[in-house]
Amino acid sequence: MTRYSVFAIAKQALNYHLGWERAWASPAPKAQYDAIIVGAGGHGLATAYYLGKNHGITNVAIIEKGWLGGGNTGRNTTIIRSNYLQDSSAAIYEKARSLYETMSQDLNYNVMFSPRGLLMLAQTHHEIRGYQRTAHANALQGVKTEWIEPAKVKELVPIINIDGPRYPVLGALYQARGGTARHDAVAWGYARACSAMGMDIIQQCEVTGVRSEGGMVKGVETTKGFIGCKKMGIVVAGHSGQVADMAGFRLPVEAVALQAMVSEPIKPCMDVVVMANTVHGYMSQSDKGEMVIGGGTDGFNNFTQRGSFHHIEETLRALIETFPMISRLKMLRQWGGIVDMTGDRSPIISKTPLGNCFINCGWGTGGFKAIPGSGWAMAELMAKGEPGPLAEAFNMWRFKEGQFIDESVAAGVAH
Amino acid sequence: MLILECPYCGVKAEETELSPGYEAHLKRFGPGSSDEDFEAYMFARKNPKGVHFERWRHVYGCGKWFLAARDTNTLEVFGTYPAQSSEPPAELQAKIKAKRPDWKGYK
Amino acid sequence: MSTRLNKGGRLIDRSTAQEFSFNGKRMRGFGGDTLASALLANDQVLVGRSFKYHRPRGIVAAGPEEPNALVNLGRGARFEPNQRVTTTELFAGLEAESQNHWPSLEFDVGVINNTLSRFLPGGFYYKTFMWPRAAWKHLFEPIIRASAGLGKAPKERDADRYEQVYAFCDVLIVGGGIAGLQAALVAGASGARVTVLEQTAHWGGRAPVDGDMIEGTPADAWIAATVAALSAMPNVTMRARCMAAGVYDHGYVLAEEKVADHTPGDGRPKHRLWRYRAGRIITATGAIERPLSFAGNDIPGVMLAASVRDYVVNFAVSPGDRTVVVTNNDDAYRTAIALKEAGLAVPCIVDARTQVTGALPERARALGIRVETGRGIAKVKGGKRVTGVALCVQAGEGAVLEEIACDAVAMSGGWSPVVHLWSHCGGKLTWDRQHAHFRPDAARPPTNQDGAAMVYPVGNANGAMTAAQALADAANGAAAAVAALGFKAEAVAASAAEVVEAAMEPVWIMPQGAGVKLKAKMWLDYQNDVKVSDVQLAAREGYESVEHTKRYTTLGMATDQGKLSNINGLAILADALNEEIPRVGTTTFRPPYAPVTLGALAGESRGDIFQPLRRTPMHGWHEAEQAYFEPVGLWRRPYCYPRAGENHEQAVHREVLNTRNALGLLDASTLGKIIVKGPDAGRFLDMLYTGVMSSLPVGKCRYGLMCNEQGFLSDDGVVARIDEDTWLCHTTSGGADRIHAWMEDWLQCEWWDWQVYTANVTEQLAQVAVVGPNARKVLEKLGGMDVSKEAMPFMTWADGTLGGFPVRVYRISFSGELSYEIAVPASMGAAFWAALHKAGAEFGAMPYGTEALHIMRAEKGFIMIGDETDGTIIPQDLNLGWAISKKKADYLGKRGQERTYLASPDRWKLAGFETLDGSVVPDGSYIVAPGTNANGQGNTQGRVTSTYYSPTLKKGIAMGLVRGGLDRIGDVVEFNTVTGGTVKAKVVDPVFYDKDGEKPNV
Repeated sequence: MTRYSVFAIAKQALNYHLGWERAWASPAPKAQYDAIIVGAGGHGLATAYYLGKNHGITNVAIIEKGWLGGGNTGRNTTIIRSNYLQDSSAAIYEKARSLYETMSQDLNYNVMFSPRGLLMLAQTHHEIRGYQRTAHANALQGVKTEWIEPAKVKELVPIINIDGPRYPVLGALYQARGGTARHDAVAWGYARACSAMGMDIIQQCEVTGVRSEGGMVKGVETTKGFIGCKKMGIVVAGHSGQVADMAGFRLPVEAVALQAMVSEPIKPCMDVVVMANTVHGYMSQSDKGEMVIGGGTDGFNNFTQRGSFHHIEETLRALIETFPMISRLKMLRQWGGIVDMTGDRSPIISKTPLGNCFINCGWGTGGFKAIPGSGWAMAELMAKGEPGPLAEAFNMWRFKEGQFIDESVAAGVAH
Repeated sequence: MLILECPYCGVKAEETELSPGYEAHLKRFGPGSSDEDFEAYMFARKNPKGVHFERWRHVYGCGKWFLAARDTNTLEVFGTYPAQSSEPPAELQAKIKAKRPDWKGYK
Repeated sequence: MSTRLNKGGRLIDRSTAQEFSFNGKRMRGFGGDTLASALLANDQVLVGRSFKYHRPRGIVAAGPEEPNALVNLGRGARFEPNQRVTTTELFAGLEAESQNHWPSLEFDVGVINNTLSRFLPGGFYYKTFMWPRAAWKHLFEPIIRASAGLGKAPKERDADRYEQVYAFCDVLIVGGGIAGLQAALVAGASGARVTVLEQTAHWGGRAPVDGDMIEGTPADAWIAATVAALSAMPNVTMRARCMAAGVYDHGYVLAEEKVADHTPGDGRPKHRLWRYRAGRIITATGAIERPLSFAGNDIPGVMLAASVRDYVVNFAVSPGDRTVVVTNNDDAYRTAIALKEAGLAVPCIVDARTQVTGALPERARALGIRVETGRGIAKVKGGKRVTGVALCVQAGEGAVLEEIACDAVAMSGGWSPVVHLWSHCGGKLTWDRQHAHFRPDAARPPTNQDGAAMVYPVGNANGAMTAAQALADAANGAAAAVAALGFKAEAVAASAAEVVEAAMEPVWIMPQGAGVKLKAKMWLDYQNDVKVSDVQLAAREGYESVEHTKRYTTLGMATDQGKLSNINGLAILADALNEEIPRVGTTTFRPPYAPVTLGALAGESRGDIFQPLRRTPMHGWHEAEQAYFEPVGLWRRPYCYPRAGENHEQAVHREVLNTRNALGLLDASTLGKIIVKGPDAGRFLDMLYTGVMSSLPVGKCRYGLMCNEQGFLSDDGVVARIDEDTWLCHTTSGGADRIHAWMEDWLQCEWWDWQVYTANVTEQLAQVAVVGPNARKVLEKLGGMDVSKEAMPFMTWADGTLGGFPVRVYRISFSGELSYEIAVPASMGAAFWAALHKAGAEFGAMPYGTEALHIMRAEKGFIMIGDETDGTIIPQDLNLGWAISKKKADYLGKRGQERTYLASPDRWKLAGFETLDGSVVPDGSYIVAPGTNANGQGNTQGRVTSTYYSPTLKKGIAMGLVRGGLDRIGDVVEFNTVTGGTVKAKVVDPVFYDKDGEKPNV
């Protein structure tokens, strides 16, 4: 694999860029693999990458019914943060965030991780207490966050209105090393690295059934025929329920639509990511100059990748209240993604009732930021057959025991 | 932006008049039930990509809860009926079966 | 050079000259001009710079598909970036400036990127800028950010307002061209309620420009007559300047009406957002012309052929004196003819087709225009404007045959139906080989709530490309749409003179054998600088999916969302992959069709009316007293009432001490009040509350807890038994609506055979807590009922009058003092509140706010929903086992609480804490435990839930959860601080004040 660098570009430029290799191969499936990952989104590709890198398992196929990175990986608002409240959440998201720090170098693919800083605004006294609780939890978890006062918020975000008549900004929880990354590049970078390790990324291949024998997974039926495997990982986000059904178990998951939108691009005016949970909206500015805006989820099961307009309306009301100068900008594009919500809104990384079949799902509205940590933990689970410390709390049996990982408790949301 | 007809007041209500309540026809398990039954009652959801039975409340209308059969993949609404129903009306089930021959039934 | 012609111009009014400025330069246009036509009339060919390479950019199109000509418009609170000049109506005093350059439009240093473009191919940034690691944030990204973006960021709050309107119709027709008007005639005649939307200020679309003849008259005459006829129909509404932006599920359509864009500051809303709910939607949205991909096709002066025609016919503007037309179809000949008829020179029509024999080419030839067939453009010459073209053989590699001097190029690569609205809710497309475009596949329409087709495309938007075909298609489509709604219609169409056009020939690259050097100068996406070579590079590198290619190259991601570039890009990609175009597919069409102002989407809900504000009857009094408010749900409650010279903390402490020592008054009206009544009400409440409410005697009060089915505490409050079958349930301020909905959920969906009624009467009653040692005195002074200990013991209630007010008095206390909560009808709340203050003056009455309330309840060790609870706490955690009935077989949450994790003895439990140094435990602090967990995180054994400085006890007090709970009393634990330190505190009883409860019991 050709290493990407400015020198490689210069060399190729002399040849009008005709000499670039494929970023990833497009092979036909083999009859049998050591491991199959169903789903070539960010989480699936990261799982495969760490199976190879950390555990030396490279006889791996990643099977994708559409095109790699074509689900929520390419549809989110690219926020990366780890200022979570609960220990197990903070652990996996901080692992992910720290892996993002070096991802471009690790993958030799610029994913444009931009630790530009992230603010979660407190606009009620209750929220202040919630974020102070998170700040104290983060201090023990090794997650660097701080509580900042309104004046500092204004300094970081000059376009913000801190004196709104209804919800003045009372302060914020600030994670200086939170930020954004280029979402597609994360999938592409992992795909290229997986392919370079000899793994097969098989696109346009839909899983239609799961074959098992004596309670152990044997392989998957697909639109490209049967593919055998020793171990199987289901990493298909919104469609987890459908694949789990093929594998013979039911999940505590419901699929709903989450919406987002971008404005037309303008010159840089906001360097940090701002989340305003009281009024339900969050916004950052992409490197292209678009204001990237996220909103809420519909409250009903939905597989259409379309949401209802009133959520967009509510989000924009909130954000115009918070950033009055955006009122004359224009919405360029709105879209929806299917997110899989669990009973406690936290993910599942778990063994399943089917032997050697593992599942990673339920990231809800917060999956992108977790990709490398999720892949790391899932790879460990698949390689060893038992969860490591990162994955342990996210087992699917916690619902029976009532051992929730509930992030909504600290005035926070799980975006 | 869904429209659902409230079976009580007959209003074709738009989504903003309604509040959603997820899967319908769940059986409540209380004290004395097994861990498995209780977990299933609380968490296990069919979440089908297709015909789904669900609860809605006409919250900014008559205030009544009602049930709806809706396709989660096309958003087609097959029908609505009162919440005081132990199972979907037979004619509604027949209508769905006619439109979706592959449908395996509401259970 | 581009200029104004001295005659013609069907849309301009030469009697109304309008002054405007561009980059500070004074210019003149006419009423009816767009900013685009006015700029061209003033020879302003260069209007902007591209996104990546900062190449010079001119106007390409005449409608919403324009990718280049975006300007910063206006100033101050009416400043607006990225305004598209082709859809901006000119008005006197308009100020515009070009975007994305420094220091000026003419001399932009960013153009260095163009010189280096060879080193900046599609996706180059994924391959570099990786070392050193910190450089991305500190060096590369800032540079990229500064050079990207388009318009300037607005700085001020928007001076304009926006309206939203809900509207309903049977048939919503999008597009006021001849197809839309024809559809409206048919639908209108059926009696259906019809609304027609047109995005421009004019009806009739392109037909007049194209010279169509309808019913034997020029199109203009038919359009005028039809608009008049439709306007006279009571069931038809016509709305111009209104763009349908998006189709949403179940017939929902958003449309943005530009009310006052062209009359800024006249007091009307800038835009009006229409929220339509339509039975059926007819899209008569026309088609968009495609550019051709030849080298230098982005140089200012290269325009779409039909747009050139628009400028000449509609605005009497010539884009150039000498215009070369380049085409693969007959339609572009209309442009050559229009130019010639306007007295302008057309040195040559360059037609890629080898056989050109249609009626239009014959007319052009008859006018003496040179037609070169089988030819293409090898290259456009010029920098900031076109100076000439080099011709070549289309079938070859681009060897130059001759050069022709010209100052404009009109290009046409064929037409693509506008299928956006069809596609928003999942309508599928089919590839039409004859016209080489995607058009709606009638067999796979977007469907509505009944599973029926929701959108009916007609005319050009449906691939009916001539006037006659479009009119017939529109009549048929409209008849089908209204028939689906049960109306009867006849599909009678106006007749149009049929101009036979010869087949177009798909041309995706010009010349077809162009080498890499030429392909690197063939622009697909003008704004984002995506070239043919970039798409081919993406395919070569394995970005084979159309979505991959789009995202890797940014093709179609600019503000025009690929209206010009997508089909050409797809064709290049398909060719590179050796696939059929339809197999490559399109990217997903998402709303909006063209960008919509955020302010319009948000509507009027700004500032004070951002959200509804709930006011208690005493709200005005609090405002007059300059209370400091905090939001509680949609209520705003006084946090404290600072006096002159006091800060909030001092005010709160004064309020606490005054209440403890004299008399405090609290507006408790926000407290939820729900009446539960009926033969089964007691049984119902026994399921709802953890305790027993059915046994509560009439006249008594009892504290109750509610849990969700998980077992987690969700609300608390005092319940009063009003009569044999009536209870009144108090909820928390934020909880009234939620709990009422919760009750209804269970009554309607689970226990529907139980006879119970509920009513949320929160807003029917004002409620005042009269608290402190002087509480009884003030009530006795008001007089009217016996409030003595004997007549009204603790935890009872009584109806009566006080000072002439009809009251219901509850003897309950959330402060630990002698306390009465008194409810009066809401209409009397303010008067009663004033009467209490007046009567209480001699007893030291003062109002107190929510913070004093919180401190006093914490001093008493009373829990607060939302502080001690967070959705993961069960009553047992808070030592509230006494409020849980052991006898009941069931209550909501009981089964959940039996689960292993909730029943575990290791759960953290409530205790009190006092720091060893008297300081206040930091809010949110955790109690540390030795060591770290498997993930390296510091271990914990508890956390603070409420922490205050107690003005009563003159020291910090706290409540919190700790492993072991009250068993740990006497232990010293350490609370962490955010800076890494700890604060030592002793575990104590959480009741800090009046442990024996003597104070309220007097």
